[in-house]
Amino acid sequence: MIPGSFDYHRPTSVDEAVGLLAGHAGNALILAGGHSLIPMMKLRMAMPEHLIDIQDIASLSSIEVSGPQIEIGANVTQAELIASEDLEQHCPILRETSLQIADPQIRNVGTLGGNVANGDPGNDMPAIMQLLDATYVLSGPDGSREVKARDFYEAAYFTTRDEAEMLTSIRFTAPPAGHGSSYMKQKRKIGDYATAAAGVVLTMSGDTCASASIGLTNVADTPLWAEDASNALIGTTLDDAAVSAAVDAAKAITDPAADGRGPAEYRTHVAGIMVQRAIQAAHQRAN
Amino acid sequence: MSKIDVKMTVNGKAVETKTEPRTLLIHLLREDLNLTGPHIGCDTSHCGACTVDLNGKSVKSCTVFAAQAEGAEITTIEGIAKPDGTLHALQEAFRQHHGLQCGFCTPGMITRAYRLLQENPNPTEEEIRYGISGNLCRCTGYQNIVKSIQAAAEELSVKEAAE
Repeated sequence: MIPGSFDYHRPTSVDEAVGLLAGHAGNALILAGGHSLIPMMKLRMAMPEHLIDIQDIASLSSIEVSGPQIEIGANVTQAELIASEDLEQHCPILRETSLQIADPQIRNVGTLGGNVANGDPGNDMPAIMQLLDATYVLSGPDGSREVKARDFYEAAYFTTRDEAEMLTSIRFTAPPAGHGSSYMKQKRKIGDYATAAAGVVLTMSGDTCASASIGLTNVADTPLWAEDASNALIGTTLDDAAVSAAVDAAKAITDPAADGRGPAEYRTHVAGIMVQRAIQAAHQRAN
Repeated sequence: MSKIDVKMTVNGKAVETKTEPRTLLIHLLREDLNLTGPHIGCDTSHCGACTVDLNGKSVKSCTVFAAQAEGAEITTIEGIAKPDGTLHALQEAFRQHHGLQCGFCTPGMITRAYRLLQENPNPTEEEIRYGISGNLCRCTGYQNIVKSIQAAAEELSVKEAAE
């Protein structure tokens, strides 16, 4: 399969890339790892007249960890996230999640920015960024602005990013030391999107859950931050009744499509199981 | 559509050619450079038959534009054996351990394993299976592929110890 024709650009700065995007408004797309975009171009579901390859923009490939403040460039690959000891120390749910995305070859080129920016509800990182309350930094012709991951997604493949804007980095505050986290993903095979997946980050104060945040992947046309489910855990000992209340609250906000992964009821059921297992694992890892 | 200049190093040789921006790396390798070892299987980045080494990393060349590989160092299955034709330990192990049946996935499988053994010279069976999880084989059931990679890892570590 051969994509449609386009002009190829390889800018060396964000300003240059944004200039190209704005100059070809509506007809240009950013090319990062390309493993979502190129398949869409082969199917002619995406037919940009201009592709802007961001691999030479060095500032988009850095991981900055200063204390709990973390900033990850949009062009950092999944393999680079996995390899980062700093990230593993401060926020291990990132490595755990990356390792469940696609396969080794794809993780070598697939980027965090691509995963969160294109709005595919099957992508895993958006729910993680929502549960971490991350901020996306977008650059456009009028400068840069910040959007909360929780406000970014409108519908499948629709986000609040303007077509003349590009995502440059993702910022968040790492959960406190001693937190527990887990990302549980049921998939039919390596490389598949989730039938349903859930991420949990929580902290314990003695036997009591002091904070909790839950995100859900691929069970609606956007990623979901499960606020009620998170609140159902806070102040409890994470006993069966609390976990069960969180599972029910999480299932209540799902609205999955029936597809090859199963009927909608099944995928909602699996979402509940993933939430339950992720809470248990995060609880065990917290101290 | 106008063509662009693309320069890269493929199997140690400098290559300079003109191509359309939409040309995929696998097409450049197979059709322009006549390197037909990397195969086009699924053409959707699932099967791994098109795996090549790009700047020291395994990638699926059906989902990379040749233009993206401008300036890159690329190794295909054709560049794995020694120039005198002596097989690489992986190629020899696949032969000895029946690591292939139809052979279609084999170039991608060996090119991937070649990088895996550099990333992790003594992998466990589980690490091998996870490491080649982006490469599909519809004949073997993987058992003999895993055995071949284990055997090659042993062979390479014996060689390294001797050096």
